Amino acid sequence: MQILSVVVNESRFKSMSIKLLNMLVVLLAISACSEIKPWVKPYERSNLADPIMSLDRHGAAGSYMHHVYQARESARGAEGGSGGGCGCN
Amino acid sequence: MVVTKTAKSPFLKVLSESKQPFFKYFFRLSITVTCSLFVSLVGAATLAPDSVDAVYHSYDGGGMDINGPFILVRKSIGTDFSVNGHYYIDSLSAASIDVLATASPYEEERTEYSVGLDYLHEKTIVSTGYTNSTENDFEANSGFISISQSFFGDLSTISLAYVKGKDDVGKINNVFSEKAERDIYKIGFSQILTKNSLLGFNLEMITDEGYLNNPYRSYRFLDPSMPQGYDDATEVYPETRTSYAVAMRALYYLPYRASIKGEYRFFNDSWGITAHTYDVSYVHPLGARWTVEGHYRYYSQTQADFYKDLFPFQDAETYMGRDKELSSFSDFTVGGGITYEFGQGVIPHIDKMKFTALVDYMKFTYDNFRDVTKPSVTPGDEPLYGYDAWVTRLAFTFEY
Repeated sequence: MQILSVVVNESRFKSMSIKLLNMLVVLLAISACSEIKPWVKPYERSNLADPIMSLDRHGAAGSYMHHVYQARESARGAEGGSGGGCGCN
Repeated sequence: MVVTKTAKSPFLKVLSESKQPFFKYFFRLSITVTCSLFVSLVGAATLAPDSVDAVYHSYDGGGMDINGPFILVRKSIGTDFSVNGHYYIDSLSAASIDVLATASPYEEERTEYSVGLDYLHEKTIVSTGYTNSTENDFEANSGFISISQSFFGDLSTISLAYVKGKDDVGKINNVFSEKAERDIYKIGFSQILTKNSLLGFNLEMITDEGYLNNPYRSYRFLDPSMPQGYDDATEVYPETRTSYAVAMRALYYLPYRASIKGEYRFFNDSWGITAHTYDVSYVHPLGARWTVEGHYRYYSQTQADFYKDLFPFQDAETYMGRDKELSSFSDFTVGGGITYEFGQGVIPHIDKMKFTALVDYMKFTYDNFRDVTKPSVTPGDEPLYGYDAWVTRLAFTFEY
């Protein structure tokens, strides 16, 4: 019964993967056809360049907390931290 | 999968098996974190500055006392390359409920090191690295490659990463050797929304295959012949696991120079576990050098399909687990910190220095994991388990 359950779950995950991939393709297609220009100019990014606007403020110390949670919770992944800042490089 | 019957009495087993499992679970997952450290640092198309990060970490709660140093060094080579390496030690003194239920308190140490390389080409950063984690009965090796690209006037950044991990699982004082492998796929996307706000999105899929349970942990089952009414046997996990995690983060710059961040993560895996994580944090500078911050995090999860606190008899099901991490539970964290930054010129050749102290209080409440160290007349009527913990981090960073 449990083997069946695991098989069903794996099948559900494959289906979810295909849906996510389709969504990604559609989003890329839409963005490629659009005429949208970057709406925040470089000279408007001073607030975003402030260190307090980082998604990953503490680097190694922040990573340690992910470590603490992963050892005690079943959820894992997508801890993120990338991005942030002014994007003005 | 063969179920190994353990010593007839848990009390005899306490004498015969002096070691229990924190690190097995802890370190198997640590590689994921270690690699994400590097991935997370390539968000924008610029190499991380030459720097040294030194962190002292301490975790104290639930009978576990873990502490040690973490040192990360980065150095650029020319304008296009940057190398990095880290060294990390966990010194553990364990007397958690998992240990006390079937074994004796123990102490052990884990060491981890990594080497990595970042390559910058225009708005693209390619990173690769290798990590090794070793303890006396467990070894994990992993390698990763990632690529990050900023575009759309540098308002958007996308990153992709792949991690391959291999574990060698052993058991103290036993001829026991098993293996597990792991593939991790990550997609990250960040978008500047306005001149005061930005959004982050992360998707991560992990597949595991091999020996995924902890060789020291046991499930318990009713056994009227035992004085306490139950006995225990080695857990049996499925040999595969696939998980998905999706997270959204929003960061907003408040009008009086402070920031507020909100996060949500959804998690689901093929073992039947669904989890939700919420986090909100606030950062507030005080003058040019000081910054204070606080955050609140809430987490909840459902149990794994094969989890039971008490099975009706031995070998009752194909898969059987009683790890509290597989049970239904919730926890919250309240934390705060303070940072002091030293300006340029304080010490020759040092561009910037920063000292940070962070303290977090965590509380775990279990819905169907019982505290067997407080016996009851009827097995299964023990009080539900719960514990709290303190996590302290002291970090010193300088850029040169």
